[in-house]
Amino acid sequence: MASRRNLPIVAMALVVIAVHLLAAAAGKPQYLTQLTMAGYYSLVIVGLTLLMGYTGQISMGHAGFFAIGGYTSGLLTTYNLYSQNGEMPVSMLRSTGLLVAGKDLYGADLLVVRPWAACVVALLVTLGIAYLVGKPVLKLRGHYLAMATLGFGTIVYKVVLGSSVLGAADGISDIPAFPLFAGLAVSGKSVLRTQNYYLAWALVLVAMLLLTNLIHSRVGRALRAIHGAEDAADAMGVDTSRYKLNMFVLSAVLAALGGVFLTHYNGGIGPSEASIMKSVRYVAIVAVGGMANLWGALIMGVLLNFLSLRGSFGSYDDAVFGLILLAIMLFAPDGLLRAELVRRLPGLRRGFGQKGAP
Amino acid sequence: MSLDLLFQYLVAGITYGTIYAIVAIGFNIIYNTTGIINFAQGEFVMLGGMLGVTLHALLPMPLAIAGAVIATMLVGALIEMLFIRWLRRPSVLRLIIITIGLSIAIRELALLLWGEGVRALPYFTGTAVSSLSIGDVHISPQVLWVLGLSAVMVAALNFIFARTLLGRQMRACACNREAAQLCGISAKNMVTLSFVLSAGIGALAGCAISPITYVQYDSGTSLAIKGFTVAILGGLGNSMAAIAAGLLLGILESFSIWVMPAAYKDVIAISILLLILFVRPSGLFGNAEAARLKDY
Repeated sequence: MASRRNLPIVAMALVVIAVHLLAAAAGKPQYLTQLTMAGYYSLVIVGLTLLMGYTGQISMGHAGFFAIGGYTSGLLTTYNLYSQNGEMPVSMLRSTGLLVAGKDLYGADLLVVRPWAACVVALLVTLGIAYLVGKPVLKLRGHYLAMATLGFGTIVYKVVLGSSVLGAADGISDIPAFPLFAGLAVSGKSVLRTQNYYLAWALVLVAMLLLTNLIHSRVGRALRAIHGAEDAADAMGVDTSRYKLNMFVLSAVLAALGGVFLTHYNGGIGPSEASIMKSVRYVAIVAVGGMANLWGALIMGVLLNFLSLRGSFGSYDDAVFGLILLAIMLFAPDGLLRAELVRRLPGLRRGFGQKGAP
Repeated sequence: MSLDLLFQYLVAGITYGTIYAIVAIGFNIIYNTTGIINFAQGEFVMLGGMLGVTLHALLPMPLAIAGAVIATMLVGALIEMLFIRWLRRPSVLRLIIITIGLSIAIRELALLLWGEGVRALPYFTGTAVSSLSIGDVHISPQVLWVLGLSAVMVAALNFIFARTLLGRQMRACACNREAAQLCGISAKNMVTLSFVLSAGIGALAGCAISPITYVQYDSGTSLAIKGFTVAILGGLGNSMAAIAAGLLLGILESFSIWVMPAAYKDVIAISILLLILFVRPSGLFGNAEAARLKDY
């Protein structure tokens, strides 16, 4: 079973390579840039699929977690500590090697947090906030859960928009590259385009490997039980509130990870990343993907985000995602790419066979 | 801090609070007959304001406002008939997402029709600078219009629900849908009617407030969140408590400007919402015992 389960992962790796070769052969290497960005957004989407599709908990505020990750890392790697150089906490940080000195465009001295340290802090901050928010929020159901998460997302957006230290309406720009190892860095430089494409998709691949294994484990069965009937799951001894909280935190951290990497890749982040429309877009993609279908969500996520980033929807971007959401919920409330529909196709039956309902 | 300034803030708070209360009542009307939270409620207010401004270019003010209210009511009816009526046993999640999708669709359509510009109806009486002075306190006549129209709306709704056959039928559906249907009441028509009513009061509120706050294609979203906060604060479904809760939120928000930058004003309302949801989801005036039976 295990080897068959990993088959899609291998197939996905092959597709990633094939897309690169195709783009190169077609002389359109710029497509890789949008595909890289779409890859980072996919991290949010697969995380949300786990929460919405498998655990059955809606979140209308996941753009908030994406923004918390991106903004924390962006702020730490651009906030100049040079003037406080001699002071106690700064010099202590410096001696641990967490800070990096440099010069800005005009030759002035800079002293900022190293990107990897900023990334770790960003993920920890998100983890903390997700835990604190998730604990009370996940006790709610239905309308109340939707409104509470929507409220959380709005608070993040308003705080980002209203705080001058976060650049208010302009956001944070000139965020440095995120050097990883052996000359590889998360950066938008066109020399590093191919490397970054593979980096982003390697990250998505690892996330998918993790999540697909998770949903086929004891945890995954518990999640589906919660989705099916929470009270029944509770009665059967499933610690429902702990599972829900863990999944909420996991999906929030995945969103933040996408936020951190995309922020360094773009070299900036703006308040629109935290907007409610972004959260709605993630929910729409999960719905189109089939709710409880990681692969469907991934495919639709890449497709729709790629089209949106290419500007195919023009100024109707938000309208397109709103209408997609509306149409799916009216006509196919269980999602478009459903395992049952796929299974009904002859020939594929054996491959998907005896895996219980998603 | 002078007493006059305190009073000025109080008046501003009461004005906004009244509008939040009207939006909350709109939520309650639909919630009571259907159990749905209509996330597009704020868009009714926006539509009312926008249509009012557009019609006012052609018609005198009272007719323009009446036209805007009627048109928004039609939109409300259309929404219910096209998107809600034919769903068979929809899940809560599905209804939430549908109304969210609708709110986006209406907002984007408004953007398409009216652009990003900020609009406003002229002051109903007097101008932006005219004011009624009570001692050292100055009140814009528009504030009185907002308060007066809201009071009339609440009184009219009360009359409809308490005295008319139609109102009683709606209440019967809210109490027990099956039993009401057995008595020959068309539950589906009552649901449509609830959308029409809440669209109507939203639109009228949108017209009344537009000279003070202006209206823009996306002004519905924050109104919806505030209105929902107020509805929850008062106890979902309880319209009289919503008025008290609305005034409370409006005044709190108005005074929050002293403590925090104005940019964070919305954060106050939403924090209250979250706090109430976490601590007392039945609302300030709701019955905790009865609430335990509901599904939060």
